[in-house]
This record gives sequence, C-alpha cells and structure tokens, in this order.
Amino acid sequence: MELTTLETVPGKTITRHLGLVQGSTVRAKHVGRDILAGLKNIVGGELKSYTALLAESRNEALDRMIEQARAAGANAVVNIRFATSNIAAGAAEVMAYGTAVVVS
Amino acid sequence: MEALLPFLLLLVVGYVAGRANERRHYRELETLEATLEDIAVSSDRAAVEGGAVRGGVLVVGSVVIAEDYFKRVAAALRSLVGGNLRSYESLLERGRREAIVRMKEEARRHGATHVVNVRLETASLSEDFSGRRPLFSAELIAYGTALVPEPRQAAG
Repeated sequence: MELTTLETVPGKTITRHLGLVQGSTVRAKHVGRDILAGLKNIVGGELKSYTALLAESRNEALDRMIEQARAAGANAVVNIRFATSNIAAGAAEVMAYGTAVVVS
Repeated sequence: MEALLPFLLLLVVGYVAGRANERRHYRELETLEATLEDIAVSSDRAAVEGGAVRGGVLVVGSVVIAEDYFKRVAAALRSLVGGNLRSYESLLERGRREAIVRMKEEARRHGATHVVNVRLETASLSEDFSGRRPLFSAELIAYGTALVPEPRQAAG
C-alpha cells in the first residue's frame, strides 16, 4: 500500500478513484502517565509518554484507514491528512483520512 | 507570607529548570538541523525537479510539549494586558522545529532527499471540561511525502 500526502503517487499513474477512506482511534491518557506529566509541568519540556501515546494512536488510525482502502480494492491512498482533537478530559481522538485509489 | 512560599518555590524551580531546558533544546535543535540540512523540505504540492523519483513514503514527526510553571504565570499576567505571549511563542516554535527534525530523520531512514507537501498541525491537549484551567500542553505534528530518488547511474 502506497501512502502519500500528494495528489498522485510519485512515478505512477492513478487509474481509478475509490473515494474517501478514514480511520480513527480514541485514546485515554494513562493515569500514571498523567501524574508524571503533572510533575513535568513544573519544569516544562517534552512529555515523552504522550508523544509516544499519540504516535501509537496515529499508527493505529493509519492502519484502520489502510484496512478500509484495501477492502475497497485500492493499492494506494493519496492526499492523506491527520487531525487530532481533544474530545473529553483525558482523551484524544486521532484521525487519518485520504483518498483511496488504484495506481499502476 | 508562608502561604506564598510553595508558589514562589514552584515559580523559581519552573524558571530555572524551564530556562535551562529551553537553552539546551535550542542548542540540540541547531545541531540536528545542521545535520539534516541536505534534506529539502517544502510545502509545495508538486515534486521538486532534480532527477527521477523511485517512490514516495509518508513520513511523520510529532512531539507533545508542556509549559513550565513560570511560563504559565507569565502568560496569565500577560493576558491581563494583552500582546504577544512570548513565553508560548518560543515553546511552540521549539516544538514545531522538533517535529520537523523528527520528520526529516524518518525521511533520511528511507533514503529520501526531499520531503514535499509538508503539513504542520497543532492540537491543544489541555482543554479541560471541568472549567479549571489546566496546564497547557500541545501536540505538534509535521508530516509530508518523502521522495526517494532513483539510484544514480555510475557516471563514466
């Protein structure tokens, strides 16, 4: 599966458009991580556990998107975009979406 | 006066540690950016000229950053009079540069020379639904398509 943020796949041509595909995950923050993050908030800087948590969620959202594209018969997803939003205290949604296409 | 003591302590710790962190981070960023200088990054949609491309790979870099206690107080005071929240500007700038560096590192692992159609995003993670003002943290993301060049033919 080819993944790109461009409208085309470099070096290939799109033969068919299969429409929008998307995948998302909602992850709750870990309480233990939250306490550590609270301490970290005194001195500031990177919250490594959250960076990892959200990166993990993003990969899962991507996987779900890829699954959907595969089910539609695509071999590439173009114009991929990510979005993250805080939907409730302590939970974040990570979403990936794009256009499923067939390239050759 | 005694009631103020924990607050002042946090303020001092936040200021000293936060400043040290920030300086170190800027130095790190400068060295990392220098080593990744040869990877061109653009927000253009079209692939840049210069040789055949074997393929494109999705690359992502992200970081979650938080304010320190001093920045929080400085920002709270600043918002009374308005104007630039300089303490947050530097925080977000650092975060964004870090995200771009990580994206470029991933691009390098794929052997890419360019990253095109780069998008930058900021998501606040500190909206609190209880009404209490939480400590500010945000995720900064940079993502784009890394272009991997065709292996160069050995010239004469």
